[in-house]
Amino acid sequence: MTDGFHFHTQYHLVELLGLKAKNPEELLSGINAVPASSIYYHTHRFLQQHHYLSPEPPNDFAFWLMEILHLESLGEEFLSVDTISFCNLEDLRTAFKNILEDYISKHGENSECPPGFEFHFLACKTLVLPLPYIAHNLSEFAEMIRKVSIHSLYFHMFEARMRLGVLDNDFSQWFRGIGEGKLADEVSKLDPYNITLENLRRKITRMVEDRVQN
Amino acid sequence: MSKIEDYRAIVGDDEVDELFILAERLKGKSVYNINSTAVGGGVAEILSRMIPLLRDLDVDAHWDVIKGDERFFEITKKMHNALHGQDVDISKNDLDYFQEINQRNSETLDLSGDIMFIHDPQPIGLVKLRENKQNKWIWRCHIDISDPQKRTMDFLREYINRYDAAVLSAPIFARSDLTIRQTLISPSIDPLSEKNKELPQETIDSMADNYALDRERPIVTQVSRFDRLKDPQGVIEVYKKVKAHIDCQLVLAGGGATDDPEGHRILDQIRSIAESDQDIHVIYLPPSSDIEINALQRASTVIIQKSLREGFGLTVAEALWKAKPVIATAVGGIPLQITHKHSGMLTYSISGTAHYLKELLSEPEYALKLGANGKAHIKNNFLITRHIKDYLSLFISLYYKDDIVYL
Repeated sequence: MTDGFHFHTQYHLVELLGLKAKNPEELLSGINAVPASSIYYHTHRFLQQHHYLSPEPPNDFAFWLMEILHLESLGEEFLSVDTISFCNLEDLRTAFKNILEDYISKHGENSECPPGFEFHFLACKTLVLPLPYIAHNLSEFAEMIRKVSIHSLYFHMFEARMRLGVLDNDFSQWFRGIGEGKLADEVSKLDPYNITLENLRRKITRMVEDRVQN
Repeated sequence: MSKIEDYRAIVGDDEVDELFILAERLKGKSVYNINSTAVGGGVAEILSRMIPLLRDLDVDAHWDVIKGDERFFEITKKMHNALHGQDVDISKNDLDYFQEINQRNSETLDLSGDIMFIHDPQPIGLVKLRENKQNKWIWRCHIDISDPQKRTMDFLREYINRYDAAVLSAPIFARSDLTIRQTLISPSIDPLSEKNKELPQETIDSMADNYALDRERPIVTQVSRFDRLKDPQGVIEVYKKVKAHIDCQLVLAGGGATDDPEGHRILDQIRSIAESDQDIHVIYLPPSSDIEINALQRASTVIIQKSLREGFGLTVAEALWKAKPVIATAVGGIPLQITHKHSGMLTYSISGTAHYLKELLSEPEYALKLGANGKAHIKNNFLITRHIKDYLSLFISLYYKDDIVYL
């Protein structure tokens, strides 16, 4: 990475799995059966599609449980799963399974959505492409991060955790590699789930510019 | 006709630049679109805008149309209705004739594109010739196949499963009985079309004057053809519940009734109800009233879309693009366009719709915020540039098996 930071971008193509749930039991079966990219999609879709909103709306599972099945307390449990603390989709899947198994063992079968309002499991195929931007120093980095799309920002901040399997992002990794440990720590501490992507861009740009000027 | 460069001012340089980067990955591949009509209907409208933009991006995109006679199109119309769940009678002779016309077209059409992109059921049978070909075939279904007539679906499934992928417009349309990959690609609106482009305030004002709308009082509008499934009577009930508390006006604007006996009856019913209330404006719009629709939406305070059933419901996207607060029923593709209480209101009943309408008319700041969020949501997810990006991604993805592809 010390050769320069190469900005990439990514696109999600949404896949329909033809699998749906009408109650918590079927939601559990689905969560057990779907590929990991489906767990990823349903917990991260809102971040990219609603990146202008802060705080962001709940994940798809929580939204369906609360708004369609009106199981507010179960939905809140799904809502409270701290997605940012997971860097492995199988662990995230297990967290959701545990909540549902616990709920079903205590409440049994008691809620079913009306026809037409089922939860539809989706997944995604991700295409990653290099952009024609390679930063060799912090000044170039500050200039380029202003130009890239929010999809690029998203790729380096959110996808990085799942890809690298560590609780960090690509920017901080590169900053560390060029001896900018303090800047790396500052960017790592940002909670990208609670600010919009444009705000995130502004904050990182300011941090890098401050470092360049000092 | 708009050029791809024209969209930079709307979606930003970064988005358009990335379209070029993505399109470059398709260099050397040709994409042949085939549908059943060159003019009229939503599919032709999308293709007539999409193909020039793909070419601007240097994609080798083509568009051809199958030829059929009146009998063929009567059969495909029955198929369309059957896919929508109607119990129609399609005989074995009809199905044989459908296959025969597809066979005849496959002898005259050029099916040598690297990617054959076949739209809707009419030309679906062209895939039969693919056995000897190495190219990729995609079936693009623009209609709701969530609850089709079984016989018709059984017949079409034989064809669908010969494709490499099917593209559907909403999660609810997904099917568990297909063996091929199913991809979700939502339709889109074109921000530079007559129906969606920015309008001068004078145009909006004069249109409101033409329809005798009072700009000093709130205007609540539903733009839809006069059809039972769009529930115009339900919208009037909503209006009446709200009118008891807030002095507002209702606009029901749309077309599509002249050649449809049921639609005509509903338009008459609505007109007779409206006669007793001068604040209900029933506006029949002939085809090509895009500027009128644009102006009416922009003149409105709140937009309603109280459909009982919906395909995708792009009128919602059109209203949100104009930053209008929208209350819409959670059917078809509408929940993709509105996240409840974030980018609009999703509703399930007349009472719920009336409740949210009162709330939005009483809390203009909240309504403004919903409208702004709604516009941002459409800008990011339902403009033609996103649609192109999805198509390019789909075409590229046909050549890779993994969930994550590094290009």
